[in-house]
Amino acid sequence: MATRKIVINPVTRVEGHGKVTIHLDEEGHIGQTRFHITEFRGFERFVQGRLYWEAPVIVERLCGICPVSHHLAASKAMDVIAGAEKITPTAEKMRRLMHYGQTYQSHALHFFHLCSPDLLFGFDAPVEKRNVFGVIEAYPDVAKKAVLMRKFGQEVIKATGGKKVHGTGSIPGGVNKNLSKEEADELKRDADTMVDWAVEALELCKKIVNADAKRLLEFGTFESNFVSIVAEDGCMDLYDGNLRAIDADGKIIFDQVKPADYLDYIREEVRPWSYMKFPFIYPLGKEKGWYRVGPLARLNCATYIDSPIAEKERKEFMALGNGRPIHSSLAYHWARLIELIHSAEKIRELLADPDLQRDELVVTGKKKNSAVAWLEAPRGTLFHHYEVDDNDQITMANLIVSTTNNNEPMNQVVKKVAEQYLDRKKITEGLLNHIEVGIRAYDPCLSCATHALGRMPLIVQLFDHHDDLIDERVRG
Amino acid sequence: MSQETVTFTLDGVKVKATKGQTIMEAADAAGIYIPRLCWHKDLPSGGNCRICTVMVNGRPAGSCLFPVEDGIVVENNTKQLKDHRCQVVEMHFIEGNHYCPSCEASGECELQALGYYTQMLTPTSPYLRPKYEVDASHPDVYIDRDRCILCGRCIRASEFLDGKCVFSFEGRGIHKRISVNAEHNLGETNMEASDRAATICPTGALMIKRTGYRIPVGKRRFDIHPIGWDIEKKKKSG
Ligand code: SF4
Ligand code: FES
Repeated sequence: MATRKIVINPVTRVEGHGKVTIHLDEEGHIGQTRFHITEFRGFERFVQGRLYWEAPVIVERLCGICPVSHHLAASKAMDVIAGAEKITPTAEKMRRLMHYGQTYQSHALHFFHLCSPDLLFGFDAPVEKRNVFGVIEAYPDVAKKAVLMRKFGQEVIKATGGKKVHGTGSIPGGVNKNLSKEEADELKRDADTMVDWAVEALELCKKIVNADAKRLLEFGTFESNFVSIVAEDGCMDLYDGNLRAIDADGKIIFDQVKPADYLDYIREEVRPWSYMKFPFIYPLGKEKGWYRVGPLARLNCATYIDSPIAEKERKEFMALGNGRPIHSSLAYHWARLIELIHSAEKIRELLADPDLQRDELVVTGKKKNSAVAWLEAPRGTLFHHYEVDDNDQITMANLIVSTTNNNEPMNQVVKKVAEQYLDRKKITEGLLNHIEVGIRAYDPCLSCATHALGRMPLIVQLFDHHDDLIDERVRG
Repeated sequence: MSQETVTFTLDGVKVKATKGQTIMEAADAAGIYIPRLCWHKDLPSGGNCRICTVMVNGRPAGSCLFPVEDGIVVENNTKQLKDHRCQVVEMHFIEGNHYCPSCEASGECELQALGYYTQMLTPTSPYLRPKYEVDASHPDVYIDRDRCILCGRCIRASEFLDGKCVFSFEGRGIHKRISVNAEHNLGETNMEASDRAATICPTGALMIKRTGYRIPVGKRRFDIHPIGWDIEKKKKSG
């Protein structure tokens, strides 16, 4: 089928770079949409030959925004390699604290820096205004709190990992430090405020959404399966648990899948036009097996949340679905803020736990040669799989990062938005903005998900159905 | 036995020393730190790294080898020598593959500490990026030649402290590398984790396995005090 192709490149305000192409047929209807990711960091090759205890510190450099997720996922895998079947309560709680600190700061960053400009000013507001500096000018109080919330999350990370970015706190079999009484007291002073501010952020988001609910909740919406980790009783758990998948009606596809069995349930498809693979639920096949991960998936999959304010908010949120999962793309923002509250509640709970001041930090046991571990990173489920030889060197690493898990959904959101907003004669600034808003709901972290090199200008190209360039628009 | 005392000038200050001491030993006793990499207190001097070079009566000399003499004039803290040291440190970073951010020796590494001490900035010459394989064949110790600065401490420690002969140098010039006295790799030698050689490397080139990152950031050797602090504090406390 002959198609015209529109290229939008890159999507601003997502980490790294992406490119969007929309393929039109002869009548100008949307054929295929593709979200191309064109950056390569090659970390899977990078760790080959390295010693296994180095992995948590090497892989955390995959990402400048959620390094802790990689640090902890690799550590959990290396627990298995080091034969630490169960780490000590102090080690697990230190890691959880680090993880909630990371989630808190990442979600706060996402909401205020990446998403609030769209919501506060409207998707059509000029780019010059619709950015974090616009928020600082128009809503100085919101902006100030955002800065302090991020700072708090970073302080939690520093207290557990030794540094605000790229710490070393988690090691195979445990952690290298506990939390001193002084460190705990210091953080406790702000813990209540951080819960309050997270609640305020959610209230703000709900107010904006409710004012224009129909348009916003239908924006870029499509139905899908969802995957996330849950605890054994189905409780939301961002740090540990087993995998659950539900279909578009909320029916369980599989549940309580253990990390070591992941290949029986999740496989990755390679498509020739993309460097990023396409994971799918293996028993359902490539066509039907794609799924969404991240805050919305976690809310949809979880049976309940074990922190009171977040649980109350979860119930209110889930009511939107009338007994079915929520499918709206922009509901990701709402779900993210419920998790923001949950993280703050968890941090507060952990800071009061005397186990954090105990000294049992590391355990080891009989070494193993293969390990799979996962956790729920801010953007979604993160898989780490390693093979290690008898010399302790890593021979194979496979990472399925959150953004890769959400690869097909991001193609889908582009398609939906294009169907809703494409003016087939011209590439409008409006279309471009709307596509960005759609993709940003999924919060792709392109720098860690991808392959290939290079920075391209923001470029919009229009091709006719012979694939000839007939229009071009370059921004910034 | 009475020891003969000599007096020499170090950066314009009269310093008393015992005959037979090296300039470095005498400076240490006087609380003056001269940067060093291949020297180690439990080993005979190797004279390999040349970081410790000072001017003796206007001519360069390795202070870890050169004995004090009555009346010599030694310069240590001059711009020329400081620049020279910074360049030598920089050359190590260029000739090896030193990925400090993920290296398990970070914070404990004497090369990294000297980078800070000499205020080294981004290297001014291109990285050579040599290619080496990690030798992890030994059950408890591994060699990462990316991080080896050819100081020879492990060679001397194995010989003089462990009574073995596990390491030696092979090749010349830019091809020089640390090698093991076995047909293929470290696993074939009689090295043991309890050998002094196993913990004497100034960088992360020769490491005990499975102990990495056990010390939290903030508590590592050079997080607490800069290199040379232990020597300079003698002077401050008088
Ligand atoms: S392995 Fe370490 S101790 Fe041995 S020569 Fe290299 S840097 Fe020096
Ligand atoms: S310390 Fe003197 S030459 Fe290395």
